[in-house]
Amino acid sequence: MNTTPTLELRNLEVAYTVRGIDRQVLRDVSFSIAPGEAYGLVGESGCGKSTAAFAAMRYLPRNGKITKGSILFEGKDIVDINENEVAALRRSAISMVYQNPATALNPTIRIGKQIAEVFILSGASKSDAMAMAQAALTKVQISDPAQVMRRYAHQLSGGMAQRVVIAMALASNPRLLVMDEPTTGLDATVEAEVLDLVRELRRDTGTAVLFISHNLGVIRNMCDRVGVLYAGALVEQGATADLFNNPSHPYTVGLLRCIPRGGLHKSADRLDTIPGTPPALGTHFDGCVFSARCALVEDKCRTVQPQMVNVSDSHVARCFHSDKASAMPRSIEKIEIKSTSKRHSAIVGESLLNVSHLSKVFTQDGHRVRVINDVSLTLGVGETLGLVGESGSGKTTIAKLVLGLVAPEDGGIITLDGKGLAKTLNRRDVQDVGAMQIVFQNPDQALNRRHSVTRIVSRAVERLRGFNVSDALDRAHELLLGMRVEATLHSARPVQLSGGLKQRVAIARAFAGAPQIVLCDEPTSALDVSVQAAILNLLVDLQKQDQTSFIFISHDLGVVRYISDRIAVLYLGRVVEFGTSQRVFNGPFHPYTEALLSSVPNVDGTIRKRIPLTGVVPSPSNPPSGCVLNPRCPRKVGSGYESLCESEEPDLSEVEPGHFMRCHIPVAKLKQLQS
Amino acid sequence: MTDETAKQTKQTELSERLAVLKRNKAFIVGAAILCFWALSAIFGKLIARYDQDFMDYEYINSAPSGKYWFGTDSNGRDVYSRVIIGSRIILVISFLATLLGAFLGASLGLAAGYLKGKFDMILMRILEAISAIPVIIIALLAVAAIGRSSSIITVLIIGFIFTPNVARTVRAAVLGESELEYVAAAKLRTEKTAHILFREILPNVLPTLIVEFTVRLGYAIFAVATLSFLGAGLEAGSPDWGTQVADTWSLIFTDVWWPTLFPSLAIASVAVSINLISDALLEVFEL
Repeated sequence: MNTTPTLELRNLEVAYTVRGIDRQVLRDVSFSIAPGEAYGLVGESGCGKSTAAFAAMRYLPRNGKITKGSILFEGKDIVDINENEVAALRRSAISMVYQNPATALNPTIRIGKQIAEVFILSGASKSDAMAMAQAALTKVQISDPAQVMRRYAHQLSGGMAQRVVIAMALASNPRLLVMDEPTTGLDATVEAEVLDLVRELRRDTGTAVLFISHNLGVIRNMCDRVGVLYAGALVEQGATADLFNNPSHPYTVGLLRCIPRGGLHKSADRLDTIPGTPPALGTHFDGCVFSARCALVEDKCRTVQPQMVNVSDSHVARCFHSDKASAMPRSIEKIEIKSTSKRHSAIVGESLLNVSHLSKVFTQDGHRVRVINDVSLTLGVGETLGLVGESGSGKTTIAKLVLGLVAPEDGGIITLDGKGLAKTLNRRDVQDVGAMQIVFQNPDQALNRRHSVTRIVSRAVERLRGFNVSDALDRAHELLLGMRVEATLHSARPVQLSGGLKQRVAIARAFAGAPQIVLCDEPTSALDVSVQAAILNLLVDLQKQDQTSFIFISHDLGVVRYISDRIAVLYLGRVVEFGTSQRVFNGPFHPYTEALLSSVPNVDGTIRKRIPLTGVVPSPSNPPSGCVLNPRCPRKVGSGYESLCESEEPDLSEVEPGHFMRCHIPVAKLKQLQS
Repeated sequence: MTDETAKQTKQTELSERLAVLKRNKAFIVGAAILCFWALSAIFGKLIARYDQDFMDYEYINSAPSGKYWFGTDSNGRDVYSRVIIGSRIILVISFLATLLGAFLGASLGLAAGYLKGKFDMILMRILEAISAIPVIIIALLAVAAIGRSSSIITVLIIGFIFTPNVARTVRAAVLGESELEYVAAAKLRTEKTAHILFREILPNVLPTLIVEFTVRLGYAIFAVATLSFLGAGLEAGSPDWGTQVADTWSLIFTDVWWPTLFPSLAIASVAVSINLISDALLEVFEL
């Protein structure tokens, strides 16, 4: 048997030259990938995952250089080979799948020709190459490959584009496939399909895979072995099950505890965080790289670099306390926040916001597209309503309609505290505007980069509370401190803050007008899990204190489950299921919810049967007849309701007390099918 | 990149870009030339060696010499002094004209890009129509209509003609900005449209506007020189470069080339210096 690993990194050190100074990004990283093996690298942003991948491809940016160590590909050192040899290697032996398929494909060249290029480069004739390209598309299970060949990148959905990228990567029959966050940015259902595909292809081709992801669930489900990177150092490595079941480095333990995982709910559990922030690029360490944030730190950790110790035969950790790591004390920051606003007098759970028969029609190329169709929702005081659904389901549009940024169609009614609200923002009075605020997904875009942090918040206080300038400034400082933004940062511009701090500023702004409802549109999806945990804790604290209600939009079902009291599942602009968090997550499920839940890769390693959603989300400009889900519904066939599903759209009806579904199949039947 | 480093990187972004700018040779050369002319415009009287209107009848059309570095013209006036003094006129007029165009253009561009819809459509069509009319023809028509040329008219005409270009550039930048969520956030605290335009969006499109300003300034130099050459720019007899060239160019055929060459070189050097600067800005700010 051939025991030469496909890829081996030995004591690899990489530095980036930034402003004339070499900053170390990889510290003494060693790992190997056997033929046919899938090796996962996890860690938060900035820990060096992508750098390791680029180094393995000999594709470091111009300011990056390998300062020490070796990279062996099938036993041959590729650190010093010349450009031609690198090109030959990439042409025939190593391929890469990038994070964003939309930018990895050339927008001006038809898909078929782009894939064919790979074959032409490896010596095929033009006509053969086109046939081979089509075969490659068939291999990645794209429906109607002949038709896809003629399309351009922008005409493909995200999942299809990623399949095309994978087809191109596999075209050269590589012995090593490097995948850098291949499913980040894809919907859960699409992600599950792409991961299934990768798994299948790996079984068929025996390609070794270096799989990079920040998503521990994905890594757990995809990889044979896992390495955990922190600050450019490999802190733990082991067989997947060993590592996840018995994490032995405090960082790994911390990461796993941050995740809002199965069953946790804000009412009972606070999320753990990892205190502190990751070190700056190129920081020098005398001792352990994680010592500054570690709960088990001792003097020795700060001065002596720990070596890898064996946890088991297939599991090593770079820690003096690897035996104690999994029993590490929990890190729950408990802080008193000063009340942000006048306390709302209403009773928790009492109905606060009522949205009924909300619809929105956009005109697109002369066609009228109904993006939101007859949505009705209720939100109680101090409650969180989670909105979930794939991209394009209308989550963000609903938020804009509720806020008045976009006017709903006639017939839609929004009442707050029993008072009807005007359709558009400029016709609502200041109280009504201040009562509902939003935290956007991307704080880089949501905070004006030319304004100081204080000004961003104080201006909102001025406008919404009618404070004069100096009172507004005082209030802004108070709010920012309440969100744990230190006073020294108040005069900073948003660009000078980290992602987590920016989001805290955005939350402070949302709370400036003493809101009754704060809409959170994917507020943590751009953040690392440890930062996400801190932000979620903050939101929960604010809610408990002021009985603020949230409408929480997220594609991350774990997060939604943790923070929501009620959940609305959206599909194609319709609410298909609505009920308490408990009901929606524990079933009986709407077939769509069922499929959505089953597609989430689990961190706890329990294997669930995947309920696949076939095909793609139909265009809202041409929705299917009958139930809009029927062409993709996993429960339609064999339910006995096929003809009804295809001809008539079901109503949202109460199937159990407080649990609504839009489905023709009776709930008893669903329960039976799902058990 | 870690949060921490992202923070540091971004923090120094502007100063880093300025550092890159300082290393840019084209920028250095352009800035040096422009600085010279700016100093001439401000301290012209100190740098000039004679009064611009002083006539030395013993030195009519005399070639460059130790006494008259750039020679003298047909009235015995020192070409060197007239070129130095003339810089003030052309720089001030070009600058004012560009400022006017930038102000009008930025206002219209902000409004069009933010309000979109019919307003945007109609305004942009009108601006397109204006930019289809050549500067020279409008200026000549204006002079003919008013009966005399004046620097104020020149400023107004050039400013007016530049408005569509600036408006188009600013509008394109605003279209992108107004989709960003900080604009929605401003609406959600009941800000007025004017506040959103000038306090929220304008600061973010300022780099674009500054670059556009320098590009336009280069064109304005040419436009002012051309108009005064044609006698449609400034009051007759002023020592500006265009008028000097106009007054003297016929003498080239009698081998008296200096009264024409030096003001021409001056025009070219200013225009080139501004173009070097705007190219460098475009490159460094990646616009």
